[in-house]
Amino acid sequence: MSTTTANPPPASSPPPKAHENYLNANYGIRSWLLTTDHKRIALLYLVSVTIFFAMGGFFAMLIRLQLLTPEGFLVGPDTYNRLFTMHGVMMIFFFLIPSIPAVLGNFLIPLMIGAKDLAFPKLNLLSWYIFNIGALFTVYAIVTGGVDTGWTFYTPYSSIYSNSQVSAAVIGIFITGFSSILTGLNFVVTIHTMRAPGMTWWRLPIFVWTQYATSIIFILGTPVLAITLALVAAERLLHLGIFDPRLGGDPLLFQHLFWFYSHPAVYIMILPAMGVTTEIIATFARKNLYGYKAVAMASLGIAVIGFLVWAHHMFVAGISIYAAMAFSLLSYLVAIPSAVKVFNWTATLYRGSVSWQTPMLYALGFIGLFVMGGMTGLFLAAIGADVHVHDTYFVVAHFHYIMVGGAVMGYLGGLHYWWPKITGRMYPEMLARAAAIILFVGFNLTFFPQFILGYLGMPRRYATYPPEFQVLNVFSTAGASILGLGYLLPICYFVWSMRYGPKASSNPWPATGLEWQTSSPPPTENFEVTPVVTWEPYDFEHRPDLGLPKPERARPKPLEAPGLELGD
Amino acid sequence: MALIVVAVFFSVLIGVGIFYLSFRYRRRPGHEVGQLVEGSQLLEITWMVIPFIIAMVLFAWGAKLYVTIRQSPSDALDVYVVGKQWMWKIQHTDGRREFNELHVPVNRDIKLTMISEDVIHDFFVPAFRVKMDVLPGRYTTLWFRPTKTGRYHLFCSQYCGTNHSEMGGWVDVMEPSQYQAWLSGGSNSESPEQAGQRLFTSLACVSCHGDLSGSGPGPRAPSLRGLYGSMVKLSDGRTVLADDAYLRESVLDPGAKIVAGYDNIMPTFQGVVSEDQLLQLFAYIKSLGNQPAQNASAAPGASATTAAPAAQ
Repeated sequence: MSTTTANPPPASSPPPKAHENYLNANYGIRSWLLTTDHKRIALLYLVSVTIFFAMGGFFAMLIRLQLLTPEGFLVGPDTYNRLFTMHGVMMIFFFLIPSIPAVLGNFLIPLMIGAKDLAFPKLNLLSWYIFNIGALFTVYAIVTGGVDTGWTFYTPYSSIYSNSQVSAAVIGIFITGFSSILTGLNFVVTIHTMRAPGMTWWRLPIFVWTQYATSIIFILGTPVLAITLALVAAERLLHLGIFDPRLGGDPLLFQHLFWFYSHPAVYIMILPAMGVTTEIIATFARKNLYGYKAVAMASLGIAVIGFLVWAHHMFVAGISIYAAMAFSLLSYLVAIPSAVKVFNWTATLYRGSVSWQTPMLYALGFIGLFVMGGMTGLFLAAIGADVHVHDTYFVVAHFHYIMVGGAVMGYLGGLHYWWPKITGRMYPEMLARAAAIILFVGFNLTFFPQFILGYLGMPRRYATYPPEFQVLNVFSTAGASILGLGYLLPICYFVWSMRYGPKASSNPWPATGLEWQTSSPPPTENFEVTPVVTWEPYDFEHRPDLGLPKPERARPKPLEAPGLELGD
Repeated sequence: MALIVVAVFFSVLIGVGIFYLSFRYRRRPGHEVGQLVEGSQLLEITWMVIPFIIAMVLFAWGAKLYVTIRQSPSDALDVYVVGKQWMWKIQHTDGRREFNELHVPVNRDIKLTMISEDVIHDFFVPAFRVKMDVLPGRYTTLWFRPTKTGRYHLFCSQYCGTNHSEMGGWVDVMEPSQYQAWLSGGSNSESPEQAGQRLFTSLACVSCHGDLSGSGPGPRAPSLRGLYGSMVKLSDGRTVLADDAYLRESVLDPGAKIVAGYDNIMPTFQGVVSEDQLLQLFAYIKSLGNQPAQNASAAPGASATTAAPAAQ
């Protein structure tokens, strides 16, 4: 299964010298904008999503400032409604969904499976352009007045009643969806057909498994969202009666269609972060991943069951009691594979050699926050309890624990972990550790009070609120400023390290994956010779090439249930 | 609460597990590499089965609670709620109307029948642990039984536009005697049934359905006496329950379901009657009783209508 793709590197490159890599192979703006190298496209995505993250973060900052006082500190309700809508739209559609797949996935999948590029390099570049064209529409909507429907675009508010730029925003998301579909397609074909000799399915890094599961959701789910948003635009512009009952439509139909995509989209955000976490934990525990097959299959299980739980967003929307019960049951089922992953990560630490370097701090932080996000998900899946906390700050806190605590921690952990591979430079370790801790503390201070707020009954999307909720809101805003600092630090030192960071070796941690077998940064064609895989995944013990000493007592014996883990 | 116990237990379990293991097996000289540890099928199955059992217990508990929340008791006090951007319009069965405020007696089941005039809203009273979306074009119901007098927050918790956060008010739970005093203090003397009866004439329903004084059919359309809650035979052979949703459809889209033996001649009243007026018409039809059906505790008269199980 050696890699023979049709597209040569963008410029005629002479046989690579030792120092030549994908970054210095050629220069100039054209060599970047017309590149078909997956690594360069990953960096293009990195620039795009960082800009959109900064926009979303800016909106978040204004939201938290507004909520400092009960009567609204900053802006009127119309502006506030636009702020939280654009925060959600930017963060979800233009940052969280593309972040790990399009940046890290793009960069790493070919490297991890020993391929020269993705299966369709030109399509990959096209995806980036489609992504940005879609983003332009949405940015246009923001600049020309904004959108005030919430990122969920519930009808008939969005399709008839809103006086904001709904059409431009949904057209932007519609277009961007094709970027997701094409990326997913590219990944699936690549993983199926371009694995290096010896790289069997059971030797794939878990990161690749999670990208595979994510890609399936991209391909199957995104078209539904595209159709749904197209129907909203059709009702808005042409008055076709689809969702508004006055025109003969059904507003709940929209919610079913929207969540059919948007619930699996949560797994688009969290699965890749789980993949990153798995890689980091194995590397920094210097130990084989506990329960490799269970973790790999849990990824697919989450992707499949994730398609069957959408109406748990609608328990108080007017669906039938029986439908609610079915979706509650299925929602509990999706907790099982997630629990399996958490248990296996924890068990991986057992008898490891655990180092607390920056990526590991992010990975352990991810587990902690993901567990809290998941546990509070049990409250929401219990339909009787959901009736109370639905549409309150409890839900806001819950999904921020999963999406920010989970997905963003995973993304940042991954950026730190692979930064030496991507840029060939190390980031400043002590500063990075400090940033990781600041982020963790700031995050909890921001979002934990919101669980209490929601439980006390503060509804979400409120520009003003009763005075008794103020204390917790001030806590949350204070936490958000710490969180903001935690995000600024990595942006600064990453940029600094690209020029001034110490040079990184090809395998600085060291780690077992194929991506660490080539130089840092890798040459344009990734590997000078197509690698042949002869080892099992995450096996440190049988890898003399890593230069690690032998474990003091090589005693491969089944794990005798450590009391801690079976304590449940 | 069981949920909090489970959540705290697992969070602490994993948290302690991570901290203990990563300190116990921290990297130190002479311990540079972890040991190969083989997986264990038994352990994998164990930590699938135990969470599964816990999850199923939680599911059953949540589902049981949910069924209670969603099924209103039959002898509840009826209140009609219409949501619109950005206010709650509330109408009591004796005719008293109020805005953004709901007065109810303590220790009495209260059932709200709700509809929206525009976008989706949500009626949320945190102190009672209940909420329900209020949809355009479709009735939803919500019930609760306040057990302590006092003033409780009422919120709209489904985002509905500019003044979403102002679309709230209070639920006043009063002693029954105070409640009676409050009811009689209102100036609105016309009850929803009376208003409905007046509409029935002014909208010319009488010309086809008859004046409903007798039990016979109207001149060109079926009588509506005893209709509410009964089963209706349709011209296509189906039989449907005459609930709020059926009545609503029959007024706004009369051709959708034709009663067996009649022609499709009724004009639509879409845009002619408001949501409030529809609820008044239904209150009137309800007051005409439920003769053919089973739970016929028909109480025609001006005092209070009896609640029939209304599908949302």
